[in-house]
Amino acid sequence: MGRIIIFNIIRFLVLLILQVAVLKNIGYYNIAVAFPYILIILLLPIGLPNFLLYTLAFLTGLSIDAFYDSIGIHAAACVALAYFRIFFHKITIELDEQESFNTPSWGNMGFKWYSTYIVLSVVIHHVVLFFVEAFSFYNFIHTLLSIALSGVFTLILIFVISLLTYHKKSRVIN
Amino acid sequence: MKNLWLFLVRYNAFFWFILFFVFSLALVVNNNNYQRSSFVNSSNVVVGSFYSNVNSWKEYMHLAEANKDLLDENALLRHQLQEMVAKDSINEPLITDSMDNPSRYEFVVASVVNNSVHQRSNYITINKGSLDGIEKDMGVITSNGVVGTVLNVSLHFSTIKSLLHPDTKISVSVDSTSSAFGSLVWGDNTESRFAMVRDIPNHVKLYVGQPIYTSGYSTKFPKGIKVGYVVQTDIVSGGSFKDVRILLTTKFEKLTHVYIVKDKLAKEKLELESLNEDNG
Repeated sequence: MGRIIIFNIIRFLVLLILQVAVLKNIGYYNIAVAFPYILIILLLPIGLPNFLLYTLAFLTGLSIDAFYDSIGIHAAACVALAYFRIFFHKITIELDEQESFNTPSWGNMGFKWYSTYIVLSVVIHHVVLFFVEAFSFYNFIHTLLSIALSGVFTLILIFVISLLTYHKKSRVIN
Repeated sequence: MKNLWLFLVRYNAFFWFILFFVFSLALVVNNNNYQRSSFVNSSNVVVGSFYSNVNSWKEYMHLAEANKDLLDENALLRHQLQEMVAKDSINEPLITDSMDNPSRYEFVVASVVNNSVHQRSNYITINKGSLDGIEKDMGVITSNGVVGTVLNVSLHFSTIKSLLHPDTKISVSVDSTSSAFGSLVWGDNTESRFAMVRDIPNHVKLYVGQPIYTSGYSTKFPKGIKVGYVVQTDIVSGGSFKDVRILLTTKFEKLTHVYIVKDKLAKEKLELESLNEDNG
């Protein structure tokens, strides 16, 4: 239990620093930008109470916003992502598993589940993020292009990070 | 009552979502409409000092280029100094024009601790704050162009709304002598090297390569700072005005040092102009 909390804090710090110190400066103009920091929210323990999950997601988004000077935009996207996460877990994970504190990682859940989870999450997050950022349907095509290209960029990075930290069945019994 | 409670508990995920999401959107709208100085931005101490640490490493990468820019600027200043020394004051009557007086403006040097060019709204953070006399809405320039205006100020840091931001508008004129003027905006560009000048009267003839200067109408920028060169003239916006596309002289990707423009007469000018509104 304590180990899981420490792991999550380390993951938060590492991904936040990666995002704001490195990835903020990398991008194809403002069309393709990667946001692998959403792994912070996606890899939180499964059995987290809803309110706590929303609070953590909101604070993660707000931390990113502070560095990007874009108050509320990432927070909104992260909250939407948290809602999607709850929904997805509810319909795909068995009841007894839903109570556990396991990390929903590649090693624990298998590739098929994990890849579906990541792809759908990235889509949801980026759609909300870019539409809230544009705040209109003006330049619709440009926004869609940003979502598609940034999504691919983010997915590649997330899968690289997941591969590098892959552990087979590293479940911790609480 | 009990049913209502059960309903809320059963769909709690959805209601929390609505609550948090609306709160986030409120933050976005507040921040966009009124530019309120909020605590959570890169001018606060934690974020600011983090970026100045990161930047102290990154600065090494651009040292050679920064040096070259400083040398160029030194050469230019030396040249101007020479002109001043060589000038014979007897030939010209000494009339001090308080509007064009060079001492009207004061420049504060600051180094850039955080910069972005890839966002839709770009901001810059610098390492000077209210302790150094920086105030909101001051203009920011670099040795070879304009950068933006000060948005938020904390004790040791300030954030700048870069020219690469949809809300930034700077009054510019075509040629330093001409009276034709327009407003400089980033426009729909995605590139940090180009910008647009909008609403130039149609009768003004423009050619490719023509320099664009600040007009000095606002209190933010002194008159005659070079902004960029015209690269495309045939953009029609309709009506009696036209738009041109310009290549900026400021290199936003490689910004290391900027100057904040302090206008000593700003307060006087703004107070005088505010009387106009009172009179209707």
